[in-house]
Formats: sequence, C-alpha cells, structure tokens
Amino acid sequence: MTPSVPTPLAARTPPLAEPSAWHEISLTVNGRPVTAQVESRLLLSDFLRDRLGLTGTHVGCEHGVCGACTVLVDDEPVRTCLILAVQCRGTEIRTVEGLAPGDAPLTSVQQAFHECHGMQCGFCTPGFVLTTTALTEQSDRPDGEQVADALSGHLCRCTGYRNIRRAVCQALGERFGE
Amino acid sequence: MSHDSYPQPHGDGSWIGRSVPRVEDDRLLRGNGRYVDDIALPGAVEAAFLRSPHAHARIDSVDVSAALAAPGVVAVWTGDDVADLPAMLNKEELRTPPGLAELLDPVVRMTPMPLLAADKVLYVGQPVAVVFAENRYLAEDALELVDVRYSPLAVLVDPELSLTPDAPLLHEELPDNTAVTVATRVGDPDTAFANAHAVVSERFEAHRYVASPIETRAISAQVDPYSGRLTIWSGTQTPHRLRDAIAHTLGLGPAAVHVIAADVGGGFGQKGILYVEELIVPHAARRIGRPVLWREDRNENLTSSSHAREQIHRIELAADSEGLIIAIRDRITVNFGAYNMTGLVVPYNSLCHLLGPYRIPNVDIDVVGVLTSTTFATPYRGAGRPETVFAMERAMDRLAAELGIEPEKLRARNLVGPDAMPYATGLVDRSGRPQTYDSGDYPELLRRAVAKADVQGVRARQRAGARNGKYVGIGFAMYIEATGLGPFETARIDIAPSGRVRLAIGAPSQGQGHRTSMAQIAADAIGVPFDVIDVVGGDTEATPFGVGTIASRALVNAGNATHRAGRLVREKIVEAAARRLGVEADGLGLSDGVVASKEPGGPSIGLAELAGRAPLPGTPEPADGRYGTEISETVHFRPPGFAVSSGAHAAVVEVDAHTGGIEILHYVVVHDAGNIVNPMIAEGQVTGGIAQGIGGALYEEMVYGPDGQPRTGTYMDYLVPTSSEIPDLDMEETFTPSPMNDLGVKGLGEGGAIAPQAVLAGAVEDALRPFGVVVRRGPLSPSRVRDLIRTAGRT
Repeated sequence: MTPSVPTPLAARTPPLAEPSAWHEISLTVNGRPVTAQVESRLLLSDFLRDRLGLTGTHVGCEHGVCGACTVLVDDEPVRTCLILAVQCRGTEIRTVEGLAPGDAPLTSVQQAFHECHGMQCGFCTPGFVLTTTALTEQSDRPDGEQVADALSGHLCRCTGYRNIRRAVCQALGERFGE
Repeated sequence: MSHDSYPQPHGDGSWIGRSVPRVEDDRLLRGNGRYVDDIALPGAVEAAFLRSPHAHARIDSVDVSAALAAPGVVAVWTGDDVADLPAMLNKEELRTPPGLAELLDPVVRMTPMPLLAADKVLYVGQPVAVVFAENRYLAEDALELVDVRYSPLAVLVDPELSLTPDAPLLHEELPDNTAVTVATRVGDPDTAFANAHAVVSERFEAHRYVASPIETRAISAQVDPYSGRLTIWSGTQTPHRLRDAIAHTLGLGPAAVHVIAADVGGGFGQKGILYVEELIVPHAARRIGRPVLWREDRNENLTSSSHAREQIHRIELAADSEGLIIAIRDRITVNFGAYNMTGLVVPYNSLCHLLGPYRIPNVDIDVVGVLTSTTFATPYRGAGRPETVFAMERAMDRLAAELGIEPEKLRARNLVGPDAMPYATGLVDRSGRPQTYDSGDYPELLRRAVAKADVQGVRARQRAGARNGKYVGIGFAMYIEATGLGPFETARIDIAPSGRVRLAIGAPSQGQGHRTSMAQIAADAIGVPFDVIDVVGGDTEATPFGVGTIASRALVNAGNATHRAGRLVREKIVEAAARRLGVEADGLGLSDGVVASKEPGGPSIGLAELAGRAPLPGTPEPADGRYGTEISETVHFRPPGFAVSSGAHAAVVEVDAHTGGIEILHYVVVHDAGNIVNPMIAEGQVTGGIAQGIGGALYEEMVYGPDGQPRTGTYMDYLVPTSSEIPDLDMEETFTPSPMNDLGVKGLGEGGAIAPQAVLAGAVEDALRPFGVVVRRGPLSPSRVRDLIRTAGRT
C-alpha cells in the first residue's frame, strides 16, 4: 500500500493573518511523512482537508457526535473534529484515501460496504469504514457488544443501519472466519 | 447480502428488476466524493453568518466597523448592503395549482424573506449579517465583533396562541398570523356525525423534528473569468429552481448561471427549498470578485435550516354499528414558523392523505397554516403525511377501543378494495385534479402485515401478564402516498462518438443511486449494456429544464423520461444503422449495443462505429450527410396523475413501566411501490425512511422554550438514532404496477418515514392499556412514557 520511497505530502501554504500561535509538526499521513506549520487552534479535520487536500474525511457535526470525521491515529479511531493538528505531532494517521490508494483493489471492509449496500449518500461512509477497519485489525474477534459500541459512535441518516451491520459482519467474517 | 445472492437477470435479460450493485460506491469508498466543501476553489473566501439570538425583535442598530478591521476579513454585509436585491420567495412551491384555486379557493399569503434581516428578526437563527474572510476561523472571529442592538418583541411559539385575536402580528403587512387556509367537504358530514353509532373525538399533536442530513447545507460560487458566468456548486435537491432564483435575484439571464449539484450528503427535503444563503453567496462572488464558499455548521443546521412536522389535529371519526367509518372531521393546525416558505405543500399533503387507504364517504377537513416565532417549517421526507397518518391511525385505534374491535379488524373493515381501483376519493389532489388512487391492494398489505406480526402471540403474552414490569403491545398503521409529483422531469440521451451513452436527467441524487437505477432503465430502453452508460444528474448545463429530487418523484418522472428518451434513441440508432448499412430498418435489431440484421450472417454495426463517424480530413462526405453525434434525444415526461404507493406497518414493542424505556421486538413493513427497478436500492430507501420515522417516534424533537429559544441545537440534545436504536426490519413487498406511467413504477423515497410514529404510538398505547394510557403526542422518550403512566386515568 505504501509507496516504496515515501514522498512527502505537500501541505498548502496556510492562509494569511492567523492570529494564534504557530507550531511546526511532523507526522505520517497514509504512509507519507508530512511537515507543516499549523496554528494552535487548527483542528485535525481542517488540517487534513484544507492543508493536505484529503477531503475524504467529512465534517458532519464538529462536536464529536456524528463520527463522520473519524480517522485512525496510531491505529485507533479518532474524531478529527475533537483533536487539534498540533496534538498529532509524531503520530501515524490513516485516512480513507490511504486504504486503497489509486487503483488498488478495495479493502475487504470497503468491498463489504459496497456489496451489502451499506451506504447511500456516502457522507458518513469513510468514518464507518475506518472504524470497521480498526475492528478487523484487532488481534481477537470483537464480540457483539464491542461491535455495537464501535458502531454507536457513528450516525448514518440514510441507510437505517441494517446494511451497515451486514457489511461489518461480512468484513469481520472474512477477517476472523465465520 | 453479497454478489452471489443478487437476483439473476430476468429471462429476457433485462436490467430492470435486478439488484445491480451501485456504480456510485467505488469513488465514495475511496474518499473521492465531491461534496460542495470538497471542491477546491483557489482564492476562495469563506462566509459565516451572524444569526439572530432573538425569536422576535426589532433591530435598532448594526455596527460592523470592528469586524471589518479584524484580521483576514474581506467584507462584512448587513441588511443595508443587500437592500437592492429582491426578498426571497420559494416561487414554485408557493404557486397554487389552477384546479385547486378554482375548486377550493385556498388562501396563501406571501411573506417574502429579506436576504439579511434589516428591520426586525422573526426567529432565532435568522441571518442578520455575513462576514467574508480568508477562512472560516477568521470569519467566525469577526462575527463576534459585529455589534447588533435589538429591542425584543413579543414571542409566539404556540400556533394556537398565534391564532388568537389579540396575538401580536409577526408580519405587520398581514391582517393576522395566518399564512394558509384551505378546507374541503365531501358528502354530508354533519348529518353523518349526528346519526353515528359511535364517535371519537381527539386532539393529537405531531411534534417538531428535523431532516438532519449528515452533510449540512453548503454552497459555493465562482465567476468563471473565461466565460463570465456564475458557476454554483450546491447541495440542492432542485438545481434548476436554484439557478432560476439566483438569476432572478441578481438580475441575470438563466444562461448566465450554471448550477451543479455534485455529491450531496443526504437531503430529505431540507435541501429542496431555497434559502437566503444560496442567494447571498453567488451575489458575493460577483461583488467581491473571488470565489465564495459557505458551509453550515451543525448548530446552524439544527436551528436555522428548515424544520418540519409540527401539527395539531382535532380529529373526529363517526362510525356505524358495524364499525364502518361514515364520516371524518379534522381541524388541522400547521406550525409554519416565521415565514411561509412552501405554501400549500405540507398543509395540502396532510389534507389529501388523511383518508389514507380507507373508504370514508363524508369528509370535513379544515387546515390552517400559522406563523410563529420559530424557524420556518417546510417539507421533510413525508411532507405532511407522517403527521396526518399519526392523527388518522391514532384515531382508528381510539375508535377500535371505543367499539371493542381489534385495531387490525377495524382497519380491514374500512379499506378500499383492489376491485375499486382506480378509486376516486371525492377530494381534489395536490395538482388540482379529482383525487384518484391509481392502483394498489390495501387488504393484501394488511393481511400480510397481520400474518407476520403474530397478533395472537402478542395477545397471549398480554393475557399472561407483565413480566418484571415489562408490558408487550402491538400496533398497526397504514398509509397511501401520492408519488411522482409533476409537473415534469427531463432526460437527455446522447450517444458519444466512443459509443458510450450519456444520460442526463434534471433530478440530482442525494444518495438514491440514480447513476445505477437510471442506467438500468436506459440500458433496457436502448438495448445497450449497463456499463456503457454514464449518468449525469442535477447539472443545469446538461439538461436545460428540470425540477428535482423531491416528493418521491425522481424515479417516476426522471425514470419514465429516461425510458421514453431511450426508446426514441433506440429508433434513431436503428435508422442510422439502416442508412449506413443500406438496408431496411425493419430488418435490423438492437441488443447489447450492436445493431444487427435479424437474418443470420447479415450485416451489423456497433454503436462506436455508428456514432464515431467524424468529418475528418480525407474521409468522404457520408452518403446520408449525417455524422454520429446526431444521435440524441430529449424527453420531458409529464405525469398524467399520481402513482399511489401504499404500505402497512406493524410493530411489537416491550415497554418497561419502571424506566419508560421502549424496545422494538419486531417491526414489520409490507409496502407497494409498483414495479421495482433495483430491489436492493428500493429496500435501502424504505429501511432508511423507517429509521428516520423511528427517530421521530421515539427520540427526536426540536424543542423550543416559551421564549422562542431552541433547546436542542446540538447532537447532544437532538437525538438522531444510532445503529443500536434501529432494529432489523421484517420487510415484504406487493407489486401493483402503476397504470400512470410506462414503467409501472411508483415513488418510494418517503414511504418508509410515514408510518413509524403512528405504529409505535399504537403499540405503546396497546402495551400500556392496563394503565389506561392514551398516546397523543411523541416522541415517546422514557420521561414522556413515565409521564403517561403517571397521569393515565387522570385525563
């Protein structure tokens, strides 16, 4: 998945006249090193979207409830609207764009959401996919309660959740066996 | 469900009727969706709106000097800065159809909305000023520096108080706070009530809740320096209407405005109307000379984007000794909020869906739409139907209790039968024609729902008594939905020189999967493989006319336009092939993208060869003088009447009398939407609608204090259900094709959302029958259920 020689992701120049303090941060995003100047108050969601152009991270509520902006920070699902970019210094971040870069085949989790029709408008989908990805990367199969708990951190307004549960079930079945 | 379990192609090889996996998904799964906020416009400034903190107040002064001096601020506007632009009206929605005007003479009063409030504010959240800055952070910093002085005025939150003679006027140019009145009478309801064996008389309230798409509203605008035109990216459900409104407001021709509804993160009606922000942003792009982007935050979406559902029904049913309903009377009060945005749409939908699937000969319905000091209310998935079905089905349950008949049996006794189709209700439909149910088998819907729900099992458990304070109950609800609202939708099909087929439709998608389902229709109509079709929806350059994806209309209107355009293009392809091959068109057939002689071994030609003929140097002038790109067809489908979908829901719940908690043990839905193009997508639409209905029934409410302050302005207070709250559904379909269109389809986007409030209220009431509880209002939160138990028998 990661290119053999990682090329840094270029961060866009920040806008003029930010009034708050600035920090230089270095971190890894989708396997590539990134170094950028960020102001204290810049949310990770806005850093990913506006500075790195990774717009697959969707902002739905900006107060940590809907889960649409979830990414994996050091393999853990994190709401990027509740964390500042400067707090992510030295971390490894994975966004939805990093799962199957370019024309790479969809991951089994992505494929499951497609096959089970676990998505309609697609806005909440990257968050669900990343949380499910984290579930499949656990060493032990998560039990029903853990799965329900993980999914309850995400809102979907289109599907009624049934097909999302099916997709998660399929992905976990492929990873851990039926 | 996996690929393996998708239904196989029909014997005739048609694409319609198959659960074709969505072509939309791959892009969205890779994070390559293009929602408005994802589309980078270099040099864009971001807008942030200052909104009224008062529900009703006079604006004494606005001082923007400090905001203008803030870092990164490009411009700050107040009402005075946009005073030269006309106030906003949702013109199309406010139009009364001629037939309706003639027969019922409804009153619809216009309340144009200023783009930015200048004199007074009428709800918390009304835009008062707007800051344009280098980014949203800086714009919001500057918002805090805008100094507005208000003199608060009297607040009206309760629509019934708003109607009292001494209520303060919210719109001073109007004689009172009434925005809409409409009434209808059929037969002789007064005599029927006087002679009735039984009458129930109740007051039911549908509470206010909201669409809450996970993507909030957003719009960006850019003047293209090359063409000079305005390019608009918007999450709108009605791009052509938005184009016309922007052009009108800015004094431009429609050709000077290009609206593209790209990926949209759910709409549900909330994005189907026009808002002032959608006029200010394009204006700013022109005046400031830079691209402008605005994206709503969640608090703005909850408090300031349109609300819905709040109605009061004073409903009466009269029945004879056999349990046949002989008359209905309803006085419906619709809380419009601060502005009349969409006129008759919701009130009249409530009126003309009240009878539902039931045969009722004498009818007396009055509806009044009332202005209050709350955010304006407009259509949201169901648009007046969930409210009216809540009242009707609750009244049916009360009548069943009064008569001592099982609720499902009372319903069965009063249904319109399949042999009565097409059935004329005696009312006038929303387009002003005699209301007719085109098709359906309502008794079969109910039979199947009853069979699946196991009424006897529930009754046996009830007889055995509550266990650990947990009470079981069952509820039923039925509805009809007139779908496929006109006036038209457009489909244009072009055969590209590559042989690929481009289908453009007026209706955009907010997750409904048009790129898949419309391509299925086109593939069958033309005779080409599914995967050579590219679908464009909601781009005003791709189709000159269009209406949009609202009112369960896209599949009926755009689908049938696509079908007809496809059939016409098919003819053109065959004719072009006949000319090219020098044979008679009669002797040719088209399938799988190849036109071939019906005789074995005869000539054939593929689409690319046919459409790819170009006037290149060195090629002779074609004998027929035609080039490939001329294979094109545009169709505007105008539905002759409504395609009426229908459904029966049943729910079994367990209510914990100690905690007030409700568990849905079994949720049954049997629905009919005629022929189904893509069963997987259709099932997803119905499921999603039911989830929103369950949210409204049990969790969601937009609450206002008596001061007009919204109290549920975040997702911590406004409870959208998660996966844990929505059970798996037990779903079945019946198929009664609509005779109103070639495809025999009916709309189903809204249907699922119509019945859950009614069915769950009925089930909870049934469970709590030992306490004598009557459910008159939702949502059935634990505290409300506890209140019901505590106060039961006292009302």
